[in-house]
Amino acid sequence: MAPLGQTSQHQPWVEKYRPKQVKDVAHQDEVVRVLTNTLQTSNCPHMLFYGPPGTGKTTTALAVAHQLYGPELYRSRVLELNASDDRGINVVRTKIKGFAAVAVGSTQRQGGYPCPPFKIIILDEADSMTEDAQNALRRTMETYSKVTRFFFICNYISRIIEPLASRCAKFRFKPLSEEVMSSRIQHICNEEGLNLDAEALSTLGSISQGDLRRAITYLQGAARLYGSSITSSDLISVSGVVPVEVVESLFTACKIGNFDLANKEVNNIIAEGYPVSQVLSQVFDLIIESGELSDEQKARISQKLAEADKCLVDGADEYLQLLDAASDTIRALHNMPQEFSYET
Amino acid sequence: MLWVDKYRPKTLDQMIVHQDIVQNLKKLVSEQDCPHLLFYGPSGSGKKTLVRALLRQMFGASAEKVKVENKTWKIDAGTRTIEIELTTLSSTHHVEMNPSDAGFQDRYIVQEIIKEMAKNRPIDTKGKKSFKVLVLNEVDKLSREAQHSLRRTMEKYSASCRLILCCNSSSKVTEAIRSRCLNIRINSPPEDEIVKVLEFTAKKEGLTLPAGFAARIAGKTNRSLRRAVLSFETCRVQQYPFSSNQAIPPMDWEEYVSEIVSETMTEQSPKMLFQVRGKLYELLINCIPAEIILKRMLYELLRKLDSELKHEVCHWAAYYEHRMRQGQKAIFHLEAFVAKFMSIYKAFLISTFA
Ligand SMILES: Nc1ncnc2c1ncn2[C@@H]1O[C@H](COP(=O)(O)OP(=O)(O)OP(=O)(O)O)[C@@H](O)[C@H]1O
Ligand SMILES: [Mg+2]
Repeated sequence: MAPLGQTSQHQPWVEKYRPKQVKDVAHQDEVVRVLTNTLQTSNCPHMLFYGPPGTGKTTTALAVAHQLYGPELYRSRVLELNASDDRGINVVRTKIKGFAAVAVGSTQRQGGYPCPPFKIIILDEADSMTEDAQNALRRTMETYSKVTRFFFICNYISRIIEPLASRCAKFRFKPLSEEVMSSRIQHICNEEGLNLDAEALSTLGSISQGDLRRAITYLQGAARLYGSSITSSDLISVSGVVPVEVVESLFTACKIGNFDLANKEVNNIIAEGYPVSQVLSQVFDLIIESGELSDEQKARISQKLAEADKCLVDGADEYLQLLDAASDTIRALHNMPQEFSYET
Repeated sequence: MLWVDKYRPKTLDQMIVHQDIVQNLKKLVSEQDCPHLLFYGPSGSGKKTLVRALLRQMFGASAEKVKVENKTWKIDAGTRTIEIELTTLSSTHHVEMNPSDAGFQDRYIVQEIIKEMAKNRPIDTKGKKSFKVLVLNEVDKLSREAQHSLRRTMEKYSASCRLILCCNSSSKVTEAIRSRCLNIRINSPPEDEIVKVLEFTAKKEGLTLPAGFAARIAGKTNRSLRRAVLSFETCRVQQYPFSSNQAIPPMDWEEYVSEIVSETMTEQSPKMLFQVRGKLYELLINCIPAEIILKRMLYELLRKLDSELKHEVCHWAAYYEHRMRQGQKAIFHLEAFVAKFMSIYKAFLISTFA
């Protein structure tokens, strides 16, 4: 929780409009239904929330904890650890175990909050915990399951070891649909006195790709830059998506088949500072939708784009990867053999 | 003082390039609730200058009273204590640092030092802003763990602390971090804007510029503003009054790379490879980053090679640079690229002329 005594007017909008109650979490209906039930019966299993960024995982976990205990008991009953805390084996064995082991007192409701007879340990961003540390958690979870519940939160469920995952009720947080995002955005617009037309609203939905946090940040950026009437193009310019023309002129150069021309386009993209991973994904959209290419050509280019994207994730140079992908695209478009001629 | 530093604009109003971005930034920080910012763009495009000017816009002249501190932090990592040395640049309103300098220990910097700084309320609450700013440079070089460690800190303490992140390639910044910032792209200034900066510098130095000379410099520096000003100063040292066709000297290391490439094209043999190795070492010792060397070699090759070979060579350049990232010793991969090139080129020569 944010330290007390801070006025929300000094916070960025993403924090200002973070839902405080489970029922206000948008779109994650199944999750909300189960959790509302939990809040009524004051009983809950270990839980695992997973899904892409900005879909409400942290928000939900914090809201549940607050609604269960209220402000007074929160500090003594809830331990929130995230990737900004050291969570190596040592911490698991000392801090986490220590907190988990403490018995809890009275079970009566207090100040209108259910205050169930267990504590909650929220492990946010749990996918960044090492396997060893996760393994060390198994015993603790089992031993103290009467008095402690664990909430795991992560983007990638595959990074949570099976023995932990299998002990939890799993909740998938879906990327938010455009309608849901629109209604949340509308709400914020009303509060902030902004004007967004239908086109802008739908643009915002599509450029933020189901990530509500991103949508809110774009909205705030656009509001500061362009005033209270915001158009679709204002949003595009704050979002940093690569303009279609840029991607198209790279693709055209590839179609012409001149290496130097393609190299010039690549150099330009780099100098303009466009994120190459973004360019690759837009090239991908372009070729997939293209009616001129054969399936084989599409397959060949897609494969190369995927490889380049992986290399970027490994930290490879953006210019070299984009140039290599462009060169391969040229070769695929002109049906040149996949193998090189002079390689030995 | 070098001209690049001497004529670095201090306020947003003094900025000559990036006028559009400047106007936007002014509006962005006009309120108290500005989101976290991520500046990305090629090196030499003026990110650091913009950030400094932005701080000045936010906090006034006192943001310029900075002190440099080099401190050793003792961090308790459970079983042992780790010592990390970190240089920070700070005023009463902000702290600037380069957390990736700590290498594989960068996670501790984020978890311990940055979190502590973010937690604390601003030192000077009477100031214009109710928050302080942490400027983190080269965030694209941070390890995954370190980036993960930053996520929740950015949310939890956002009322008292704003982050300004800078990097060259935003592809290397995780989606979770990008989703928490307003992303601002700083492109390399176009050549005509670079010319304006050179003309401004000339005026300040009281120099006469022959027609077209500034444009020639701008054309040779790959749209890097820093390179252009440095290059301009070198020209001044070499010859003044300027003549419009005066030579614009390339950087020493670039000439060196060009030599290496010519040699590999004249002879492809183990002996030549050995000779090239010495030169590559020489470049590395002089702190030219390995990927820059590789890219420059490719640049020279692409200028000289038959178009048939370009695809193949650019593929291997990308291949070995990627390998280099995953490996530890850059020299192996540079050499491997040279060897690969020699073998391809020799095969090409034989099939063409035999
Ligand atoms: N389902 C939702 N309903 C309402 N607001 C949401 C929802 N999802 C996200 N938001 C908004 O986005 C912000 C970030 O959400 P949250 O912190 O819950 O994301 P997260 O799923 O934990 O993401 P990450 O995986 O990056 O940690 C919230 O402060 C809120 O403003
Ligand atoms: Mg979260």
